[in-house]
Amino acid sequence: MSDMAAKPNLSPGVQTQGGVGSAPVPATEHGDHLHHDDHEHHDQHWLWKYVFSQDHKQIAKQFLITGMLWAILGGTLSSLFRLQLGWPEGSMEWLKPFLGKWIEAGKLNPEFYLALVTMHGTIMVFFVLTAGLSGTFSNFLIPLQVGARDMASGFMNMLSYWFFFLSSVVMFSSLFIETGPASAGWTIYPPLSALPQAIPGSGSGMTLWLVSMALFIVSQLLGGVNYVTTVINMRTRGMSMSKLPLTIWAFFLTAILGILSFPVLFSAALLLIFDRSFGTSFFLSDIYIAGQALSNQGGSPVLFQHLFWFLGHPEVYIVIMPAMGMVSEILSTNARKPIFGYRAMIGSLIGISLLSFVVWAHHMFVTGMNPFLGSVFMFLTLIIAVPSGVKVFNWLATLWRGNIRFTAAMLFSIGFVSLFISGGLTGIILGNATLDIQMHNTYFVVAHFHLVMGSSAFFGLFAGVYHWFPKMFGRMMDEKLGYIHFWLTFAGVYLVFMPMHYVGIAGFPRRYYAWTGFDAFSQFADMNKFISIAAIIAFLGQFIFIFNFFYSIYRGRRATQNPWNSTTLEWTTPINPGHGNWPGEIPAVYRWPYDYSKPGSDVDFIPQDVPYSKTQSSNLPYEQELAE
Amino acid sequence: MTALTILLVLALLLVVFALLFRLQILTSIFSGTFTRDIGMSNSVNAILMLVFLVFGGAWFAYSFVENFNKMNPPIASIHGHEMERMFWITMSVIGVAFAITQALLFVYSYKYQYKEGRRAYFFAHNNKIEVIWTVIPAIVMAALIFAGWKAWTRITGPAPKDSVVVEVMGKQFNWLVRYPGRDLKLGVVNYRMIDAVNEFGFDLSDKSALDDFTTNEIHVPKGVPVLIKIRSRDVLHAVYMPHFRVQMYAVPGMPTRFWFTPTMTTDEMRAKLGNPNFNYELACNQVCGGSHFAMKATVIVDEPDDYQNWYAAQESFSKKNPEVLAALKQKPNATVSQAAKPAETAEAAPSPLAASY
Repeated sequence: MSDMAAKPNLSPGVQTQGGVGSAPVPATEHGDHLHHDDHEHHDQHWLWKYVFSQDHKQIAKQFLITGMLWAILGGTLSSLFRLQLGWPEGSMEWLKPFLGKWIEAGKLNPEFYLALVTMHGTIMVFFVLTAGLSGTFSNFLIPLQVGARDMASGFMNMLSYWFFFLSSVVMFSSLFIETGPASAGWTIYPPLSALPQAIPGSGSGMTLWLVSMALFIVSQLLGGVNYVTTVINMRTRGMSMSKLPLTIWAFFLTAILGILSFPVLFSAALLLIFDRSFGTSFFLSDIYIAGQALSNQGGSPVLFQHLFWFLGHPEVYIVIMPAMGMVSEILSTNARKPIFGYRAMIGSLIGISLLSFVVWAHHMFVTGMNPFLGSVFMFLTLIIAVPSGVKVFNWLATLWRGNIRFTAAMLFSIGFVSLFISGGLTGIILGNATLDIQMHNTYFVVAHFHLVMGSSAFFGLFAGVYHWFPKMFGRMMDEKLGYIHFWLTFAGVYLVFMPMHYVGIAGFPRRYYAWTGFDAFSQFADMNKFISIAAIIAFLGQFIFIFNFFYSIYRGRRATQNPWNSTTLEWTTPINPGHGNWPGEIPAVYRWPYDYSKPGSDVDFIPQDVPYSKTQSSNLPYEQELAE
Repeated sequence: MTALTILLVLALLLVVFALLFRLQILTSIFSGTFTRDIGMSNSVNAILMLVFLVFGGAWFAYSFVENFNKMNPPIASIHGHEMERMFWITMSVIGVAFAITQALLFVYSYKYQYKEGRRAYFFAHNNKIEVIWTVIPAIVMAALIFAGWKAWTRITGPAPKDSVVVEVMGKQFNWLVRYPGRDLKLGVVNYRMIDAVNEFGFDLSDKSALDDFTTNEIHVPKGVPVLIKIRSRDVLHAVYMPHFRVQMYAVPGMPTRFWFTPTMTTDEMRAKLGNPNFNYELACNQVCGGSHFAMKATVIVDEPDDYQNWYAAQESFSKKNPEVLAALKQKPNATVSQAAKPAETAEAAPSPLAASY
């Protein structure tokens, strides 16, 4: 099955018919050719169709399902350490069958506790919210929404998934080795991460972590280059950058952030590998450990932090921006209103992207960095509140005087806005260097980022899955289960993370196995129990979603072509689009993607591929000129 | 066996759940409710939005007030009070923004729920309000940045000349404490000289190290600026003293520092809190290994007079451990001390209570 033979028609047709589900263009030479292709695809061996697929839709599903498996694992790990934090005196003997030697005399091993925290962070940030969220929806939506037959390079796209898969295998295997997985926190600050003498997890576990991350970065770069190329070069006729759905803008900018920042993490990982294995001293100096003075001199652990956060901070925007884009789209569709301030939304995304590169050191105010740098980074960090605020106000204005349908996707989008506000506002405290002296590395930080990037991004992910499920699988997810899933998760997230702020204001340090040793930190035992119970219930609630997802793939109600009455191009494809997406010509685009409830129009949405000449009654003056 | 039982129970629960779900779908198809597009559930969700706002808001307000006293560790430093003020001012600013935006979000969701025959208002943009809600947050941010910047430069600025000096060194998993002794000069330390006895790595070929003494607890005088010099000898640690609003990393190979002025002695704080066992605590706040959570030191704030008496009563490290001094005399190692010296001697010797000596 040669890829060349199946080369899809990348240029949109000369003539295009408007309207939703317009009949494919009558058989032209291209049409015949494509029909032939479809035939060939049906004969594809399952291995090429489902496993080593080069179809962006299939790759998106691979990313999604791998991400879901990782999310279950990441959630399970958090339940384990919440058990420890909620019941520090309780026996964990019953977990011995699962955890083996990590349970010692009924107690969780403190070093394994750190491993749990580390792996939870790594899995959630990189494997679930980067690969599972951006990998899924960038792959799925970019070609469908810009009007392309596939990604610029289907082969690179396939490699992107398989590098991710390989990275996953390596990371997963590190859970089972003798010395345990990496345990130095997901930020892997050396010297702790560099010296196996300091903590057993910094032995082979850390090596596997670094190898896995290197593979992951390769995957991200292959994916990112593809996304950027596709958005720039393969938009259909008429799809100018100012007519792109906000989802595509978000994916586009996310991919650029990834391309620019992931290589820096790669360099940090590489230097750390050198320090660990080849005796260099990039990050090590003046160390006496395990009865021995090391020969390393002149290195700086703070240098590593700079390199790490130069990725690490854009990374949180890599996680949240795709969610922002999808939420904008879903809010607009289900409020039956244009997104408010389309250009301001693009502008604020660009502003956030630019600023995200110059705020990294706000993670390092008290790490011994020059205080003058602290002042500069405080200034730049707090500025980010402005574009973020613009986005929130625009989302609120989009709801205002809408006609809202509460689909499960809409509920999760509203939940996203709520969580983004709650978590984002506390960033104003943490971005202030003075206040960060007290708050740094406390549970206030944990609460902040779990709301603003963790839970919010998860809500964006859920919203996206509920919304685009019909396009992915040709069936609908069950709405009622979606409602239950939403309200349980929404309440659960607030019950878990709001009290964490209190604990943080009281100064509780993060990554503590127990606080019972300190008088100052022993007063919130009940609160920690409460948080643990809420967290475990909220986690178990996610199985409703997992069930709904897999059940609906096979047994869900059959979808119609455009179940949400949406305007974007993906809904002009057949219910189960084949490789190449459109059986006939690719529709051309005439208008922006948010013509909902336009005055003068009979229907409450006008798809992007309907020319102005067909909507005389609703055209605005400048559109009327275009129509003539 | 236990694992098997648990898995079995979970599997059975899932099966039961799946059967119930299937039953629900079949009955709903039979009774014809399934195909309705926008029905009851839409208004139920709209009402739940309002319910969530009211009950969620009430719960949040209640739990916040209920836990307010617990969240405020008592403050015992001058800049701590300043930070505390700034913290709660910032909290009220964001609290207002929080209340307004959340209320609008849920109220709009409820109010503009789907109604048969109503049409959404086509409202694509409005430059005027967009400028307003860009400029107002920008101004508020500017004010917060300015206040934060002023305080930050003051707190992290150079310590007053008359500061008392304490050096803290982090190691897995406890804190070592060193005072400069009578000469008020900290001697050279060298990580290559560390061993089981000489934990700090004293280089006794440096004369100013001879009178340095080490302790288990940190003593500082009330009302006098205290400069904490911070080192680490293995991995990263962080000196975190929540009552003094002090935090700074301990970085191997790069000494750091933080200064503050305690305002209340340990005894005064015990009396104030009515807790005779109260102690100021120093916690490690940067993950450093398995016993990170237990890496703690006690800080005792004395009246200045008591502090001086305590200080004078301490015996120097070299006197307590003559064998270290003797070993040094046997094989003088000048090169090491020279290599490590310049950085230390460059620092001005602070002389806090010099008058009394």
